[in-house]
Amino acid sequence: MYNAGKVIIFIVVLILFFTIPMWLNLGRVEAIPKPELPKDKAKCIESKEYMRAYHMKLLDDWRKQAIRENKHVYVAKDGEKYFISLQKTCMKCHNNKEKFCDSCHNFVVTHQDCWSCHIAPEVAEKWQ
Amino acid sequence: MNVGWSFLIFLVLLLIPWVGVGVLGLQGLFVTVIPYVCFLIFIVGLVYRILNWAKSPQPFKIPTTCGQQKSLPWIKHSRLESPFNTFEVVLRMVLEVLFFRSLFRNLRADLQGKKLIYGSAKWLWLGAILFHWSFLIILIRHLRLFTNPVPSVIQFLDYMDSFIHSFGVPPVYITDILIIAGLSFLLLRRLVDAKVSYISHGSDYFPLFLILGIVITGVLMRYNLKVDVYAIKQLTLGLATFKPVVPEAKIGTIFYVHLFLVSVLAAYFPFSKLAHMVGVFFSPTRNMPNNNRADMHVNPWNYPVKHLTYAEWQERFREAMENAGIPIDEEAEKEEHEWYTIYGPNKNLNL
Repeated sequence: MYNAGKVIIFIVVLILFFTIPMWLNLGRVEAIPKPELPKDKAKCIESKEYMRAYHMKLLDDWRKQAIRENKHVYVAKDGEKYFISLQKTCMKCHNNKEKFCDSCHNFVVTHQDCWSCHIAPEVAEKWQ
Repeated sequence: MNVGWSFLIFLVLLLIPWVGVGVLGLQGLFVTVIPYVCFLIFIVGLVYRILNWAKSPQPFKIPTTCGQQKSLPWIKHSRLESPFNTFEVVLRMVLEVLFFRSLFRNLRADLQGKKLIYGSAKWLWLGAILFHWSFLIILIRHLRLFTNPVPSVIQFLDYMDSFIHSFGVPPVYITDILIIAGLSFLLLRRLVDAKVSYISHGSDYFPLFLILGIVITGVLMRYNLKVDVYAIKQLTLGLATFKPVVPEAKIGTIFYVHLFLVSVLAAYFPFSKLAHMVGVFFSPTRNMPNNNRADMHVNPWNYPVKHLTYAEWQERFREAMENAGIPIDEEAEKEEHEWYTIYGPNKNLNL
């Protein structure tokens, strides 16, 4: 092998770069947080699978309907009707933003677009 | 023809996870065994290729140059176009790897009647740089799914990439748009331009289809066919920490398609044209300084040849020389010089 020293350094750097996910967690990995679900309710407005994957889409649609189209009733897939409101419908059961929303959102690093206009219940409480 | 075959192979690859997970329910195979095996093939394959390149002897110094080489002190030499030392080689290489400097010189050739006309053509460079940089940023950005307290550098990169909030929720990633633009151009170029199409093989189209497939499934997952990101991160974090788990929550099939295509790309990478990622560093036309006149480059496969110095030769034929009246050089150097010749041993010298 020619230029063995340089080649070995190159290989080491290459392997270190592509195994970043494996060593970046060493000694600092934290347990996966669990969102706190409301205890007294068994069911959200849609199925669990749908809410887990599509809740942001639902909230986005709600925003468009409530603000731009003046529609305030949402008919769920099982036919039940809900009032379109983040604070009055969603946050009535999921009443803790930090323990419900933030625990997952911080974990997967996705940014919520809600709280630049809405006020979380715990923040509202502090100001009352 | 080439397009058709590579697209067909791509479609088959697309169907494998669709059937494997969607119909047969082999989640465990597709989220643990296949990614690990493919990643191992990727690393081992690249190291194998590197060792192979590093073992190849380099008989000549062959840097490609397009500038004045270093010669007399009063002639200005081009440090980047004709690097003389390692530092200048590194400079040239950095610009080549990060900004595709030689591609920027790309020309187009067209026939106008009987005249061959050369002109500037920067589109290939633009498409290539959009694709490569976006791909790198997307790759690094994905670390948010592989680390648990996500390092702030990666959070910052993710934030910068998605800072445009004008197109609704979720904010669009700039690199998503740019990589699709770049890849579409690179693909259309091969399909539309007859000259490029003529020299395109299946192995040129296939990586484009594969990467485009990865990008499109990823983009669809973000904007349309939503998947449970929380469950995905449980899975990816498990892979990174060597505690693979199949999450209880159901993840959409599109995620398995995405993951499978990425695995295929990783396994395919070292044995295809994509290996230019490391190959560029082993290009003798790029990684050598143009200093032929200052440093002798010894062909490594040359072997020392038995030879006589003039003094030895003279000693051997002294008597005959004296008899023939040929003058004897008493000051001929006796020491032996180490030198090489293209002649093999005992070929031209009868020793």
